[in-house]
Amino acid sequence: MVDTQTITDHERWAGVYKLLDRTSRIHPEFEPQEEIKEFIKTCKILVIGAGGLGCEILKNLALSGFGDIHVIDMDTIDVSNLNRQFLFRRADVGKPKAVTAAAFVNKRVQGVTVTPHYCKIQDKDEDFYQEFALIICGLDSIEARRWINATLVGMRDEDNPDTLKPLIDGGTEGFKGQARVILPGITSCYECSMDMLSKPTGFPLCTIANTPRLPEHCIEWASVLEWSNKHGDRKMDTDDPKDIQWLYETALARAKQYNIQGVTYSLTQGVVKNIIPAIAATNAIVAASCCNEALKIATTCAKNLDNYMMYSGNDSVYTYTFEHQRKDDCPVCSNSSTKLDFRGDKTLEEFMDYLKEKPDIQLKRPGFAVGGKPLYLQAPKQLEEALRPNLVKPLKELFSSGDEVTITDSTLPFSLQAVVTLT
Amino acid sequence: MIKIWSMKKESLATAGDKKKPKVSAGQIRVQKDLNELDLPKTMKMTFPAPEDLLNFELEISPDEGFYAGGTFKFSFAVNGNYPHDAPSVKCLQKIYHPNIQADGKICLNILREDWKPVLTLNSVMVGLQYLLLEPNADDPLNKEAADDLRNNRRAFEQNVHKSIRGGSVNGVAYDNVISK
Repeated sequence: MVDTQTITDHERWAGVYKLLDRTSRIHPEFEPQEEIKEFIKTCKILVIGAGGLGCEILKNLALSGFGDIHVIDMDTIDVSNLNRQFLFRRADVGKPKAVTAAAFVNKRVQGVTVTPHYCKIQDKDEDFYQEFALIICGLDSIEARRWINATLVGMRDEDNPDTLKPLIDGGTEGFKGQARVILPGITSCYECSMDMLSKPTGFPLCTIANTPRLPEHCIEWASVLEWSNKHGDRKMDTDDPKDIQWLYETALARAKQYNIQGVTYSLTQGVVKNIIPAIAATNAIVAASCCNEALKIATTCAKNLDNYMMYSGNDSVYTYTFEHQRKDDCPVCSNSSTKLDFRGDKTLEEFMDYLKEKPDIQLKRPGFAVGGKPLYLQAPKQLEEALRPNLVKPLKELFSSGDEVTITDSTLPFSLQAVVTLT
Repeated sequence: MIKIWSMKKESLATAGDKKKPKVSAGQIRVQKDLNELDLPKTMKMTFPAPEDLLNFELEISPDEGFYAGGTFKFSFAVNGNYPHDAPSVKCLQKIYHPNIQADGKICLNILREDWKPVLTLNSVMVGLQYLLLEPNADDPLNKEAADDLRNNRRAFEQNVHKSIRGGSVNGVAYDNVISK
């Protein structure tokens, strides 16, 4: 056993320092500096998700010399996680992933502090995210990705470079995966690429109802059509073995009727929970790429990925890297935002007329909302009539000074977010 | 007193500044979809709560086709993941239609397997109107209605005529949906 106290930083991080102590012919702009080594030890980095990708990411970051790592995850450990989420043991089943993963890394890698946050990402506010130098996502949910993406894009203030939070997003599905670097407001964002997602759609309702051919059709029939007939408004709990058992038996009976083979309990669970088997090797490859990018961005020792790497291990090992383009009408990052001053005793109609004529805005038929609640919309007719009384109300009765007003108009790429100060 | 008021106002304003309610991309998209709607005369929308843009009803009164003379009500529920997820649409009346089930489920491709985020609320509304103009016997949810349509268009037409006035077809009673 080597006494860890006697190991110097230079011995300990020899592998990483090979990259940080030398200039590079590939990236000649890089100048080795002691501050850079200090920076990765002290900068705060946030890992979102402590699951299959998250465990890999935490391990990689800790072993790359990042000293102040935070991890956030709302989930607890399930026995089915243990085959690939290697920071967890059987005795940990039921415990929070973030807490368990942090404790494991803290114990195993000296000199690193991992701070757990056992909660939803939506529970944290912008002040929390503002603390980090960069953020790495290892998520399995589109909704969570859209949320963090929109939050980070919204946080960016062009006049303040500290508000730019690079987002490194890893994702895997079976043998396929991707790693991408998002510089909010500069590169394409997560929302820009929403149309690349293939939706895990169900089957046509009529096929399920009348002409089932696959075991999946029978399972969908049980879950989509028969469930509400038999259970009324009670929501299906896909984590409850009793509900799955009922779906399985119902689907099996239907399969017999149509002479369809292959309805099993685990297929039923797979179809209703939309489970795609996770492959540990895919997670390892994607996490490695994400952490590689984190090191490059934090130290500038090499140019970072610009900006999308896809990986497919289905038939062999294949990767392709390309620059995903920003979408001109992206609902998140093309949103222009502006600050306006307007008199609080003037009416919404006067405000609207002002915006129609303001040379740099020039709206035609704008709709207004604050915090998702409509103030005035031009259509449909019934809604326009219901909201019309708002037109003659003074602005100060409709919202508070400093509120963000969401304005949509056919002339805008998507929307205009106006922070309106009432004077 | 005035001073306290203005101070209170100020602290409210700064609190609002910090915790500005983040509007989701989905909500903005619904606002945009609605604001740019240009509904034909045959469609009417109702908003049970006008401050809630995500839940509303649509009435379609077809002026031609099998279902002319009736007014058909549909509920729309848009979730926060719109437009990644399709809006969830149900028929609120029990009607005799090959592609609409008695409990309101609708077989319209763009509501399920063919939904794409580029589609809008308007696309769905046009789709529903089309379903009333051209019922489709090949994608049945109400199998008897589909068989009737395929085998005897004339009888199907009479069945629709009867059902939308609250009559029974094949032993099943339907709602009276005649326009008022």
